[in-house]
Amino acid sequence: MEILIPLIVIALIVVFVIGLYNRLITLRQRVREAWSDIDVQLKRRHDLIPNLVATVQGYAAHEKGVFENVTKARAAAVAGQNGTPQERAVAENQLTAALRTVFAVAENYPQLQAVQEFKDLSENLAATEDKIAFARRFYNGNVRDYNTALQTVPTNILAGMFGFTPEQYFELADATEREVPKVSFG
Amino acid sequence: MAAPPTRLNIYDAVAANRWRTVALITVFTGILAALGYVVGEVFTPGGGIAMVPLALGFSGVSATASYFAGDKLVLAQSQASELAPGAEPQLRNIVETLSIGLGITPPRIYLIDDTAPNAFATGRDPKHASIVATRGLLDKLDRTELEGVIAHELSHVVNRDIRVMLLVTVLVGTVALLSDWMFRSFAWGGGGRRGRDRGGGGVILIIALVLAILTPVVAALIQFAVSRQREYLADASGALLTRYPTGLANALRKIAADTEALEVANKATASLYIANPLKDAPRALDGLFDTHPPIAERIRRLEAM
Repeated sequence: MEILIPLIVIALIVVFVIGLYNRLITLRQRVREAWSDIDVQLKRRHDLIPNLVATVQGYAAHEKGVFENVTKARAAAVAGQNGTPQERAVAENQLTAALRTVFAVAENYPQLQAVQEFKDLSENLAATEDKIAFARRFYNGNVRDYNTALQTVPTNILAGMFGFTPEQYFELADATEREVPKVSFG
Repeated sequence: MAAPPTRLNIYDAVAANRWRTVALITVFTGILAALGYVVGEVFTPGGGIAMVPLALGFSGVSATASYFAGDKLVLAQSQASELAPGAEPQLRNIVETLSIGLGITPPRIYLIDDTAPNAFATGRDPKHASIVATRGLLDKLDRTELEGVIAHELSHVVNRDIRVMLLVTVLVGTVALLSDWMFRSFAWGGGGRRGRDRGGGGVILIIALVLAILTPVVAALIQFAVSRQREYLADASGALLTRYPTGLANALRKIAADTEALEVANKATASLYIANPLKDAPRALDGLFDTHPPIAERIRRLEAM
């Protein structure tokens, strides 16, 4: 009987530790899944850009610098596809800025605004950027949950033992973020 | 990163709904077993117990059927047709975008061809979910309002409210149907047997008793499952998702101002919708059976966020 008690205590501790470890793994897995959501949308944006450039170029061929810029920025973003969230955010921000100049040029060509293909492309791009914004929010929420678990007792002890490292947030420059509403239940 | 937003814990809502699902099926099974027993006793004294396994089998089959196919039943009854690929790009975009924000696969989208603005969600979990909007909703709401409504419905999906609501709709409907059917068959059967040694009076008494017990139980069941808190929670988590409570508030205002009733909705499916689709005049028992909190109160809470 007496030998059983320490055994039971040890068994309970083992079960507890396994539970904590699995929680960390689940949280990290959620971060990775959320990242792949962002990745899908970023790739979609990369795919839309050459068509946009080609369409706008047809009407504004002499604005060479603008097109070179956006093509370069896109190439850089595509090349950095396997980088860390921070590296990718830098490349994507440059691409966003370059894209903005393309749309600014397009503003000067009323005939272009009337072209169906251009309309479709800009709507598609706007929808994709919307999706990137939401995917980013979901990702950052998961990163926050995971990183919090890494820093709080008791999971932090385990995280140190098994080498769990914090994940990076995905930050986009001047992403138009609406204010979070305060929710209360009365 | 800004200060972490106040997070409504959806895991709590999911756990509570799992418990509700189990409780619902248990109560439903209990009611059916009791009904079966009473029916058996009435027709052959002492034979009630033989009816119990039959009733249990029936409740097992109908609970399983409503769990797996109830959404199809509700969709068919509401005359909803699945959105063709490429149709209604704005609606599809909103559903896809907001689903990404929640990290779920976008649910299937259905359309009801009716000018009354309304919407509901059904299914059993985020992987088997459908969102239904009426033509009137698409025509009368602008983008931010539509976003608000879809975010509300998606909150029902991730909270697993849809599963509980679906079971309530189908199972409570079944109980109501059965007690109705029992009442008729007793009324007729009781009349035919008058003059025999088992007097009609006894049968009528039992029916009255069963119905008297059953009705409040069913009412309590609906009340318990379709709590108003659930609608407030979906409003709040929807607003948290779109970051724009005003959108949903404006949508609710427009939906409430619309006087048209949705023809394909009925008493059983009414509680699924974002706002009561029946537009019926309030009656004495409405307070008890009301499945939707007052819209004015929902708007007030949204605007206070």
